[in-house]
Amino acid sequence: MSKIIDELLYSESHEWVKVDGNIAIIGVSDFAQEEMGDITYVDVPAEGDSVTKGEDFGALESVKASSELYSPVSGEVVAVNEELEDKPELINEDPYGAWIIKVEMSDKAELEGLLSAAAYGEIAK
Amino acid sequence: MRYYDKLIFELSHPGRTGYSLPASRQYPFFAEKCSSGAAADSAGFATVLPNNLLRGTALDLPEVSEVDVARHYTNLSQMNFGVDTGFYPLGSCTMKYNPKINEEIANHPLFTGLHPLQPAETVKGAQEVIDGLDKALAAITGMKHFTFLPCAGAHGELTGLMLMREYHMARGDAARTKVIVPDSAHGTNPASAAVCGLEIVEVKSGADGLVDVESLKPLLGPDIAGIMMTNPNTLGLFERQIGEIAKLVHECGGLLYYDGANMNPLLGKVRPGDMGFDIMHLNLHKTFSTPHGGGGPGSGPVGVGERVLPYLDVPRTSGFHGNFGVMLRAYAYILMLGKQNVKMAGPLAVLGANYIKESLKDCYKLPIPTVCKHEFVFDGLIDDGAREGKAGATTLDVAKRLLDYGFHAPTIYFPLLFHQAIMIEPTETESLETLDEFIAVMRKIAAEAAEDPDILHGAPHNTPIGRPDETAAARNPILKA
Amino acid sequence: MSGFSYFPHTEDDIRVMLERAGVRNLDGLYSDVPADFIYQGEYDLPDAMSEQQVRDFFEKLGEKNTKLKVFVGQGAYDHYVPAVIPYITSRSEFLTAYTPYQCEISQGTLRYIFEWQSMICRLTGLDVSNASMYDGPSAAAEALRMAVNSTRKRNKVIVSTKLMQNVLDVVKTYLKYPDIEVVFAWDVLEELGPDVAGVLVPSICRHGVIQDLTGYADAVHAAGALLIEYCDPSALAVLKTPAEWGADIAVGDAQTLGMPICYGGPYAGFIACKQDYMRKIPGRIVGQSVDASGKRCFVLTLQAREQHIRREKATSNICSNESLMALWATVYLSLMGPEGLRKVNELSCAGAHYLYDELLKTGRFEEAFPGRPFLKEFCLKPKVDVAVLQQKLLDAGFFAALELDGYVTFCVTEKRTKEEIDALVAVVKEIAL
Repeated sequence: MSKIIDELLYSESHEWVKVDGNIAIIGVSDFAQEEMGDITYVDVPAEGDSVTKGEDFGALESVKASSELYSPVSGEVVAVNEELEDKPELINEDPYGAWIIKVEMSDKAELEGLLSAAAYGEIAK
Repeated sequence: MRYYDKLIFELSHPGRTGYSLPASRQYPFFAEKCSSGAAADSAGFATVLPNNLLRGTALDLPEVSEVDVARHYTNLSQMNFGVDTGFYPLGSCTMKYNPKINEEIANHPLFTGLHPLQPAETVKGAQEVIDGLDKALAAITGMKHFTFLPCAGAHGELTGLMLMREYHMARGDAARTKVIVPDSAHGTNPASAAVCGLEIVEVKSGADGLVDVESLKPLLGPDIAGIMMTNPNTLGLFERQIGEIAKLVHECGGLLYYDGANMNPLLGKVRPGDMGFDIMHLNLHKTFSTPHGGGGPGSGPVGVGERVLPYLDVPRTSGFHGNFGVMLRAYAYILMLGKQNVKMAGPLAVLGANYIKESLKDCYKLPIPTVCKHEFVFDGLIDDGAREGKAGATTLDVAKRLLDYGFHAPTIYFPLLFHQAIMIEPTETESLETLDEFIAVMRKIAAEAAEDPDILHGAPHNTPIGRPDETAAARNPILKA
Repeated sequence: MSGFSYFPHTEDDIRVMLERAGVRNLDGLYSDVPADFIYQGEYDLPDAMSEQQVRDFFEKLGEKNTKLKVFVGQGAYDHYVPAVIPYITSRSEFLTAYTPYQCEISQGTLRYIFEWQSMICRLTGLDVSNASMYDGPSAAAEALRMAVNSTRKRNKVIVSTKLMQNVLDVVKTYLKYPDIEVVFAWDVLEELGPDVAGVLVPSICRHGVIQDLTGYADAVHAAGALLIEYCDPSALAVLKTPAEWGADIAVGDAQTLGMPICYGGPYAGFIACKQDYMRKIPGRIVGQSVDASGKRCFVLTLQAREQHIRREKATSNICSNESLMALWATVYLSLMGPEGLRKVNELSCAGAHYLYDELLKTGRFEEAFPGRPFLKEFCLKPKVDVAVLQQKLLDAGFFAALELDGYVTFCVTEKRTKEEIDALVAVVKEIAL
């Protein structure tokens, strides 16, 4: 049974979002990292890039798979977790601690379309 | 096989040489132009070429004797498994025997010594090889002509899709930028299409593993450049609706592309041209017995029907005439087959696959029980030995255990339609005894799994190395010495 | 039953197998194929030949070719082939293996590819090499695609028209269909702009002149693009390396590393890049790891870039490489070592300059690019009828003086002797002015 954190919002493509004012902090769920297995590389955008809700902004790689990351919100990337470049395993070890990007949202209303922990729990099993 | 742990760099000893070259002084050039007047050395280059054009850093190549080189690579070869080592039932790869006469022909100095830009009247023999092979492949496939520029199957796919685009562009039909690919397709199909600037539209397979014609119909329209299919498909099943599919795709203005990866069962029996395909590639290194060389050189000639013929020479996807050495081998093979033996090639390949399938279906899950062509797919073990507190044996475990028994593993985890896919292709060059040995070992492995899956989890036990840490290799890539 | 040496089945075997398969006869195996598609005709192929007949057949074809002393390069160079190489590459463990998917029984292939990657990095001075490409021209095209994939929102590349024609042709073909704009220019730096992803230049131009790339990397990088250098790996033993020029990617054809000219193939392309672009490089890559017991071993790695995983989002559609030809080059470089490879260049360079001087002395040529440095290949401006010149040379057994852009081109490798050069010059002297 994978872990789901109550205070976060989730997308159907298994990203989580933590809202901090106008900033969305984005990572992937425990369920997603378990499905991937040992993550070997995280492909991330650069600071200043724009992301669009529902479109891919990067990818997780394992030895035998690659999985696109889809942005749960639209806006501009204001920070990238550079620690993941050398230590992609952090996502396996602590998926809710190892955030991937921070986005300054252009339309906070987009958050309304995301799933609650309870609703996500129905999908992630 | 014995583990041997050297890299050539580790044998290097300064001052040792493995080359044999003539003396430097036969030309007056360096003697005249070098201030030292001595034999050519780096100072010589510095005198005749501007210093800022010369290499500044030392070149760290191994310094080894000829004996060192011969032994090192012989030792490396002994950690390798080839078709000549043993049975190689790698699905979708057609690992048939590579006849030795092919090698003799391909290494003939009257061919290897030809420069690709020599005048036509000095390469008449080489041109006859190309023309003769073209004619033979056209006869076998029902296409009009082939281009031999592509050096591999994927290279052929790319060239073929370029031809598809040329055809539409020449007709002013530029809006056709989508290509339909079945969900069971080889991964190269969508990749080649993307590289060619085409968008992929996936068509689903039905429960019988075949392209579902009803699912195809709504996808067809004025934006469709064509469809890429392999027939039999990657499950080893013949797409029996191909006639209807060809009609529908042609009616909507699209072309049919045949991925020749699975041509072997049709060799001597069915011609892609007759099924309505407009463009196809062949893998000479699969169907026509040329060796795979550990991943090339191959040859992926592309054949076309009437519609596409005017554009055949438009895409220039390699530098000269393609992999001529590989073409020589394939032509030698076809001449050995001749019109008589060619008729048996496909049927005997299909016979071997069905024989193995029927001999193992009580131990391995057979998702689609119908007659197969040259290959078929199991979906893992029927009894994987899983029980309380113990994980069952997976397809990977079965594959690794086969190595212990002296067989190459089948293709695993492909096609993606089945989670534990094991894809077996025996080819027509394997004897009944070899197939029986393989079947016996596969049954033994199934019994081992049922009894104690840990035997399989730890496999292979008898190979030069055990299972590698692939995660570490990908997280911290060490890509050079 | 068949009496054919590649099919081991006896009549009995076939009967046993058909029984198990549950079909009456071989045709029954095709019961799922609509009858219309079963080919009923006789295949339009020759009668099956015996092995000796095949041998005789090709002997006859071979005799229809003319063996010439090759004094032309233009992408295929007639260097000396050490005897060890074909001996090693014809070992069936290497020759008849597939791509090394089962690494436990493919350590031979994986190790030599690792050695090849290491040697390509050492020749070019760059950080990362893949397991090889189809040939030099297609490697150049892939490098340009790689530049577009490595830069953000840039979709234009600049290609030097100083490159050999076959490189230009292949590049043009590869970039025509995806939406990449290509500008062909003699002076590439003139075309730089904010939308340019990559610039491809030769280290030796089609006319044989060694290029001075001073300032290129700075200009290209200042514009935010990648510099790609097309080079002859053999010449890198003596010429400034792509890394020293500041290039980001190097490509070329490894044919010069002891491969027979073989009417154009098989050869092997190479591609190498700086560390930053490691994950954008196409094709197979071998990496070092350890097995379960800690033994050093080698595996295919960084596969998440590739077509079998990424499908339409892969960095390239390339699956295989030219593995056996990479082995060919690796064995060659092992035998040559730094000294041998330098000597190959010295002998070629000395021979080419000798021929150049002797041809000028005949009065049948003028200099095409006076004072410009060249290594083994050069152009001259002919003062005699080119067709006559070529025919006379051909009649005397020489392939030389290929026409190129109004000049004629020559090439001398270490394989050509002084006697051969003198004989060629003697033929030229006989041509009336």
